[in-house]
Amino acid sequence: MSSFTMAEAIIAAHTKDPVAPGNICGVSVDFAFANDITAPPSIREFANMGAEKVFDPQRCAILPDHFTPNKDIASAEQAKICRDFARKQGMLYWEVGRVGVEHAFLPEQGYVLPGEIILGADSHTCTGGALGALATGVGSTDLAATWALGTTWLRVPETCRVDFEGSPSQWIGGKDLILAVIGKLGVEGARYMALEFHGEGLSKLPLDGRMTMANMAIEAGGKAGLFVPDEAVLAHVKKRAKRPFKAICPDEGAAYAKRISIDLDKLEPVVALPHLPENVKTAKECKNIEIDQVFIGSCTNGRMTDIEQAVKILKGRKIHDRVRLIVIPASYEVYNASLEKGYIRDLTEAGAVICTPTCGPCLGGYMGILAGGERCVSTSNRNFVGRMGSTKSEIILAGPMVAAASALFGRVADPREVE
Amino acid sequence: MNTILTGKVWKYGDNVDTDVIIPARYLSTSIPSELAPHCMEDIDSTFIKEVKAGDIMVGGSNFGCGSSREHAPLAIAGAGISCVIAVSYARIFYRNAINVGLPIFECPEAVKGIEKGDTVEVDLEKGTITDKTKGKTWTANPFPPFLRDLIGAGGLVPWARKKLKEVRK
Repeated sequence: MSSFTMAEAIIAAHTKDPVAPGNICGVSVDFAFANDITAPPSIREFANMGAEKVFDPQRCAILPDHFTPNKDIASAEQAKICRDFARKQGMLYWEVGRVGVEHAFLPEQGYVLPGEIILGADSHTCTGGALGALATGVGSTDLAATWALGTTWLRVPETCRVDFEGSPSQWIGGKDLILAVIGKLGVEGARYMALEFHGEGLSKLPLDGRMTMANMAIEAGGKAGLFVPDEAVLAHVKKRAKRPFKAICPDEGAAYAKRISIDLDKLEPVVALPHLPENVKTAKECKNIEIDQVFIGSCTNGRMTDIEQAVKILKGRKIHDRVRLIVIPASYEVYNASLEKGYIRDLTEAGAVICTPTCGPCLGGYMGILAGGERCVSTSNRNFVGRMGSTKSEIILAGPMVAAASALFGRVADPREVE
Repeated sequence: MNTILTGKVWKYGDNVDTDVIIPARYLSTSIPSELAPHCMEDIDSTFIKEVKAGDIMVGGSNFGCGSSREHAPLAIAGAGISCVIAVSYARIFYRNAINVGLPIFECPEAVKGIEKGDTVEVDLEKGTITDKTKGKTWTANPFPPFLRDLIGAGGLVPWARKKLKEVRK
């Protein structure tokens, strides 16, 4: 019996085909979902396949989060297609007010579990790797076939192992770690591969920070970003799991196609400059870059820990006159907890605007579009040309602490400057 | 389907992402003819004005990186592009292109040799790429056998339809 990496071990538990990197395996899928942009083409192709019923209504979901609450008539029509299909199928669906950004909501509500294969028609589905699931993004037709059959084909990925050495300072979050990895690997350094994260220092990172890291595996070209489920993960899922599950870990002696290491003791708060996530610099080096807007939210950094980190820096202070600060809690659980803890008040008193959970500005959808010549520090995952509005605007990626400090100074700032 | 494609080349660099292929602000539809007028507009405003049916798109490495949106290959096909040749593809775009029936080829040497505006002929069956302007021919990397079967079945939709019938038996 061969020694499996985590991705190989999870695939092996879901297939009868021989598992080795490069092989194509037919696998069973534990959960398959789409959003209000990717579901309508899935629904169309589902019908074209002659399918009538999804394979299991409790394992198939639609989450309206991209253009919702609907920004215009066309997006309202798309949302209606989703709603009608979900009702007809009796599948999982949550309406505005009860849903959240898909990759925050699903792990929070116990729909993404260790050892599972999760397919989502959204590239940031890899977020589920924080909980030890082989979660990966596909297009709408692939998702439609999975809804119909309960299976899909996967090419067994090679694995790139990332070892974090040492332990992070209080000014370092998951975003800094993953940007350091992408800066080192480049945006295609892990193309077609699974990233597997290891290191004692990671246990100091809250689960939210690990989700930020798994989320951005795709920004290095990765198929998945995987963490070995530890006690923190098991405690999280035990309370929430909607299905029975079995955690899967990599074998000792597994063969890794690539290995890199990052020294956490030396890591400083970082940013990724336009227009690729690999353009990583320390925040300190970028102090002369003035900004117009800050966005704290998205499936990358809209969770409780992210809001807490921003509040820690913004509470009792006022943001720079020239800056607009948009904060979007990624789910209602995060929104309500932020209300209870007084964080919403802390943020609005600092000068922030708070919006309802939505993907909105991250993909240039609505609620925070940039004009030509404007620059935004964003906690989202992509800084491609035109991603958040005008093709002449610029996005600088950062974690919530750098973003909050930047809102105070009206320029890129290192959170340690606030002290 | 015509197995020999001939067209003029639109050439782009590395890391052409799905946000520039079709920006998210236009994703309130998934109909190719409605997406096409905005294809590539964020990096090349001349493309959609001048592209002709049958033209060929050439990209560098990591073509189609970013979002899972299947709208990207649909927009490219909707604009009239008959085939994409690149050094390499991001994995979701690769699956999507096969699933929606947009022919794609991986051939670093061809990408190096072909220039914007060249006339290129692609033989889908043989996997050969000929730059008629330069008089050079290359052979693209073949697809793995499973993907050849999938493409041969007419794509994922007919493949899944057949599989569904087998399951129901």
